[in-house]
Amino acid sequence: MNTDMKIRTIGRHVRESVKSIGRNGWMTFASVSAVTVTLILVGVFFVIMMNLNRAAETVEEDVQIRVHIDVAASKHDQETLKAAIQAIPEVKSVKFSPKEEELKDLVKNMGEEGKAFKLFEQDNPLNDVFIVKTKKPTDTMKVADKIEKLNFVFKVKYGQDKVEKLFKFIKASRNVGIVLIIGLFFTAIFLISNTIKITIIARRREIKIMKLVGATNSFIRWPFFLEGLWLGILGSILPIILISIAYYRAFDYVNPKLNGTFIKMLPFDPFIYQVSGILLLMGALIGVWGSLMSVRKFLKV
Amino acid sequence: MIELKDVYKKYPNGVTAINGIDIRINQGEFVYIVGPSGAGKSTFVKMIYREEVPTSGTITMNGVNLAKLKMKKVPMHRRNIGVVFQDFKLLPTLTVYENVAFALEVIEAQPKFIKKRVMEVLDLVGLKHKARMLPTELSGGEQQRVSIARSIVNSPKVVIADEPTGNLDPETTWEIMKIFEEINNRGTTVVMATHNRDIVNTLKRRVIAIEDGKIVRDEQRGEYGYEN
Repeated sequence: MNTDMKIRTIGRHVRESVKSIGRNGWMTFASVSAVTVTLILVGVFFVIMMNLNRAAETVEEDVQIRVHIDVAASKHDQETLKAAIQAIPEVKSVKFSPKEEELKDLVKNMGEEGKAFKLFEQDNPLNDVFIVKTKKPTDTMKVADKIEKLNFVFKVKYGQDKVEKLFKFIKASRNVGIVLIIGLFFTAIFLISNTIKITIIARRREIKIMKLVGATNSFIRWPFFLEGLWLGILGSILPIILISIAYYRAFDYVNPKLNGTFIKMLPFDPFIYQVSGILLLMGALIGVWGSLMSVRKFLKV
Repeated sequence: MIELKDVYKKYPNGVTAINGIDIRINQGEFVYIVGPSGAGKSTFVKMIYREEVPTSGTITMNGVNLAKLKMKKVPMHRRNIGVVFQDFKLLPTLTVYENVAFALEVIEAQPKFIKKRVMEVLDLVGLKHKARMLPTELSGGEQQRVSIARSIVNSPKVVIADEPTGNLDPETTWEIMKIFEEINNRGTTVVMATHNRDIVNTLKRRVIAIEDGKIVRDEQRGEYGYEN
């Protein structure tokens, strides 16, 4: 576009574009609403996805293999088993957790109901456990298989299948969400381009005269670009406010419940500021895209 | 200053509007374009302000070939031309003053200059006292004077008028013609397509007659020559 555009000209374009927003009334309302609905869905979806993703990553990071040691194993047998596990190349660390420790954890994790388990303190039915961590989370299954074949191993447990299920779920819901959002995205673009089209038709005479007296093409186009941009930005205001408030509330509600687990929600600052930025940008993009379509089609200047 | 060489114009629907025209119009001339309806007068006029592009041939204005003019350069070309239409083409929501100023605003002229220049041309067409009125509050003749003021406000070298008096009564027509004469006296070339025999036969000027897309007559101080 014209790079040395004068400030006065910019002012004129802004005035013209704002005027048509007021003049188009219902169409403005329809297209702004379309952008709003689209962006609310995009925002909610994005916030949930980012948090699920982050949770899955944290869980995956923390995947550990719990090797239950046979009760028949002596201290010496345990040492031999530990050495054998450490000899597996993919293993990062092996930690011993005696059965007394295991029972305490169990009691703590069960909360109120856990108190019943205190009775077992006299006669602990649990096994001693080796907690094994692999260098890469993806090696968990392989290492678990190897450990299972070793002597004095009673049982091997790991959470890999749960993590995989979580990732599969995230992936599936992401795909469904993306299809939905793309559909809405184009609906919003379509409505905006229709609004701009109405403006162009309403101003046909004016445009014709502008052309005749030698206004440049970019001069004629600018107000329409701006109108689209305003529609998009107007449409992003409500989603930004709603999502910020909702996230703030949800954070206060959900986070205390996650206490004791290693999963946490992404903190409000900077996450919600980033989300707001993305929503604003998407609104602007939808608006400009919509107006570009109309301007190209209906404004052959 | 305007020169057409071997110009043909065939529309996509198969109509040949201009069928081989060679003509030269000099700076400061006053030219009537006459001929029956559908003879190609409007196409001829439209090609000069580059609303239409010839199918073949060259149209040169001030050394620029309009047949090959790039889209991007069309606005600059139009700033050298003022156009007046039969239906005035005024913006109904703007005042007389604003309608004329509009032509300067959209080519990004200085506000100070716009003020001075608009009042100057409104004075020239005798509407200074009605600057604040809306077009709907004016008579047809006055509206056409506003549109003439708009066409000359950026001091073009040529004013093109397509049937400017077609909607006006005889008395008003003469007022309008006086203004065109005045514009021409100041050195501006005037090219006017018209059906009005009284004007052509009274205010004797160069007459170019077009029939079936060809020039059949080109006379200095000519006659209208049709029985309409």
